[in-house]
Order: sequence, then structure tokens, then C-alpha cells
Amino acid sequence: MTPLLSLSGVTAFYGAIQALRGIDLTVNAGEIVTLIGANGAGKSTLMMTICGTPRARSGSIVHNGQDIIQWPTHAIMRRGIAQAPEGRRIFSRMTVHENLLMGAEVAGRGGIPDLLDQVFALFPRLKERISQRGGTLSGGEQQMLAIGRALMSRPELLLLDEPSLGLAPLVVRQIFGAIRDLNRSSGLTVLLVEQNAYQALRLAHRGYVLVNGSITMTGTGADLLARPEIRAAYLEGGHG
Amino acid sequence: MAYALQQLINGVTLGMIYGLIAVGYTMVYGIVGMINFAHGDVFMVGSFLSLIALLALSALGITSVPLALALTLVFAAAIAALYGWTVERVAYRPLRGSFRLAPLISAIGMSIVLQNFVQVSQGARVKPIEAIIPGGIHLMDQGGFAVQLSWMQMAIMAITLFILAIFTWLVTKTPLGRTMRACEQDLKMASLLGIDTDRTIGLTFVIGAALAAVAGFMFLLYYGVIDFYIGFIAGIKAFTAAVLGGIGSLPGAVLGGLLIGLIEVFWSAYFSVEYKDVAAFSILIVVLVFMPTGILGRAEVEKV
Repeated sequence: MTPLLSLSGVTAFYGAIQALRGIDLTVNAGEIVTLIGANGAGKSTLMMTICGTPRARSGSIVHNGQDIIQWPTHAIMRRGIAQAPEGRRIFSRMTVHENLLMGAEVAGRGGIPDLLDQVFALFPRLKERISQRGGTLSGGEQQMLAIGRALMSRPELLLLDEPSLGLAPLVVRQIFGAIRDLNRSSGLTVLLVEQNAYQALRLAHRGYVLVNGSITMTGTGADLLARPEIRAAYLEGGHG
Repeated sequence: MAYALQQLINGVTLGMIYGLIAVGYTMVYGIVGMINFAHGDVFMVGSFLSLIALLALSALGITSVPLALALTLVFAAAIAALYGWTVERVAYRPLRGSFRLAPLISAIGMSIVLQNFVQVSQGARVKPIEAIIPGGIHLMDQGGFAVQLSWMQMAIMAITLFILAIFTWLVTKTPLGRTMRACEQDLKMASLLGIDTDRTIGLTFVIGAALAAVAGFMFLLYYGVIDFYIGFIAGIKAFTAAVLGGIGSLPGAVLGGLLIGLIEVFWSAYFSVEYKDVAAFSILIVVLVFMPTGILGRAEVEKV
């Protein structure tokens, strides 16, 4: 089976600083794959590089059999890839409704009411806040909106960057539950970046560990959870 | 009292023209964070296009004034829009992502290019036209002073309000307007949602240039005389209006335009015509000292 997304030898730079050093990573259709690592390891850079911003310096990024490494960002996002990025990047001066409609730009005019219903079924809270401005939402609601907005494009592959950041444990559980449901019910493929390694590895089928811009370990979620070096580096001192 | 009322009418008329130009400055600033110094010159080009169209239509024997004016307005706005798109494509897009001053320098260069192009192709002398819409109505007489509201002034106010109403609808209610607002708030996120941001930025320049051309058209009819240099002063005034109203804010641009128009006219009427620009810019400085984001601008504080 050919993977849905496969990166090989991907490097990326911020100015003169090398952020990614030869990344090899694959995501198969229907999987939840997680990428764990410390602050500054390059997790978010990797997510953004898949979307072409920053552009990878070398290597290849193959999606559905096509190398998209030179594609402009907006064209990549029209291939069934969506991202809920680091920091959520909600349009703070637009309403919840308008934010969700922006997510549907790719999907076209048809079917928007159905898409909205699906998002509201997943996150009923958003329906209550529909005409409120994005900037007035709580952190958890903003995260739901960021995920909901990404889902509005009917993605095949969802890139989720730190959905648990700064959220109360109850909200985190709710969001992780929603990701699991989406994966099981509609076969949504997810690439998940997390600092909350324990929960991410329990949720994911497979995981990668990123250290200083390189992948140092990979395996199934359960496999990685059991390794002593993972426990020492990412799990000791409390888990969610 | 009568004298002041007359100044109010004149000031609002002038302010509407400034406001229309200011909208273009503030839109472009909002979306790409740069001051498009060639915008005043696109206004000037719009004025020249209107002149050319009017002369051509009268040479073709079109005697219906409303028809000629409508055709002229559409022609000027369409061609100026093309200028706006080209300026962005040629002078700014290649510099996207380079250091902040690069597009600014390019903008100043573009402004000089447009001025010299018009100077060379149309000649440096002022171009007068006859009054196309003469007359008006007497509002009142007081102490031998007659307050006049000319048909031209009414037309300027009506056209400006109509154009601004369409523009407001476009920005707040249509998918294109939503996309423009999204790009204005977070260009990178917009591209992550599949928006071709270069296209949206190009359209922003197109719309701004069309509005400037409408202003240029009205300027030509109102003053009856133009030259290749009108874009510089009007551009600086409109830029001032945009900053005064709060750069990035669309209602602010219109409000700032009206204020600059009123300040200029009242100062000329009661103090001295020579110092009208000094007055306008002094008030700008005072406002910026006490309200650095302008009247309707917002401070950049957001919940994280």
C-alpha cells in the first residue's frame, strides 16, 4: 500500500538556522500518527513545511503519489489536506460562523449547511457561540473552532498542531475524543503534534520522536509508551 | 452663519474625494502592511482617463450628459483598476517577503514612473475642461451672502455615498469581502485554508484603484483643471486622512477624509489659504501624539 503522505530527506531552514535535518516520515490512510518532541524540536516547522510555508530546502514530500514540495501553499491545501495550526490562528475579528465559512473555501459553495451541522454535532459549544467574534472565545472554544474550521474543507488528512496546549484536562479529553471519533467513524487520517506525549501516544496508531530537527525513534504508540528512554524524556514528572 | 454653512458644504465635498482615495491606502495597508505611495498617482491617472474619455465621447457626438458621464466613469474605473493590478504585480509582488523598506522604495519609484509617464504622454501643462454640470440651488441668503449647493457638489456626495455603500456591502457581506478580511487578519492562515493570497491582494489593489479613479473623475469635474502633479498632494492628503481615521479601518478612512476636507476648507475660509496644508498636517500630528492609532484605529492587543 502506498502511503497517503510520505516525506523523505526533508530539510528546512529559518534564515541560516536549520530547523529540519532530513526528515523521513510516512502517514498511511486511516491512521493517527503522532509527532512528539520537546519545545523547539521542529514539530510545528514540520507541519508547516508539509504545507509549503516555509518551503522545504531539499527532499521530497509525496502526497497521493505526487511530489508537492514545490507547490504553493493554497494549492497544497486544495488537495484534501487541512491544518489546525500552532496558536490556533482564529480570525479574531470574524464571527464563529465566518471563521467556519473560511474553512469551507476549498469545499465550494455546495454542502455548507451539512458541513456546519457536522461540526456543530462534534462541538455543540460552537453552535451556541455562532455569532460571537472569534477573539472573544475561551482557549478551549478557540481550539474547537480551529479544528472545526479545518474540518469544513472535508479533509482527507488533518494536521493538528498542539490541540491540548493551555487547555483544562476535561477539554483536552473532549478534543482527543473528537479526534478518535472522526478517525473511527469517517476514516479521517490525522497527523498530530503534541507535547502531551502520554495522551498522544495512547491515541495514535504510530508515533515519531523529533529531537533537534531529526527523527530519533519511531514505532507504534504502545511500543513508544513502553520504552524507558521515552518515559524518562517525555513522560516522567506527570502526565495528563 | 451662512458663510459657515457654505464652507461646510465645500468641506464635505472635498472630504468625500479624500475619503475615497483614503480607502485605497487603508485597504492595502490592512492586507499587506505597506503604504502604496503610487496610489495618489493612480488617482491622477483616473482623472486623466476621465478627461480623455470625455473628450473622445464628445468627439464621437454623444450629447447626452448623463450617458457620457456614466460611460466615462466606467471607463476610468476599469482602466485605473488595470493600472492598480499592474502596479502590484510589477512593483510589489516580487518584493513580498523581502525587508520592509523594499516595497516602500518601490512604491515611491512607481509613483515617479506614473507621474513622468503622464507628463510625457499628456504634456506638462494644466488641462482645463468646461463645466459640464453648471448651476445649483440657492439654499439661503443672509446679509448679502448666498449659500449655494451646486449640482456638482450634490452629485459628488451622492456618487461617493453610493460607491461606499456598495463597497461596504462587498466587504461585509460577500465571500470575496470575507476572504479579504481573512487575509487582512492573518495572511498565512488564509493561505492554509486554500486561499490564493496573491490573487486576493491583487483584487484589493484593483478595488482601491477603481475607487481612486472615481475620485479622480469627480476631482476633474469639480475643479475643472488637472495636471500630472495632482496625485502627489491629493495622495498625501488622503494618506493623512487614512492615518487620522486609523490606518487599516475603512470607516476611519472616510471619517479622516471628511475631517481633512473640513479642516482645509474652514482654515482657508477663516485664516489663510496659504497655510491650509500646514493646518491639516498640524492637526494630524496633534491627533497622533494623543491617539497614536488614529480615531477609529485599534490597538494591537489580542487575546492569545
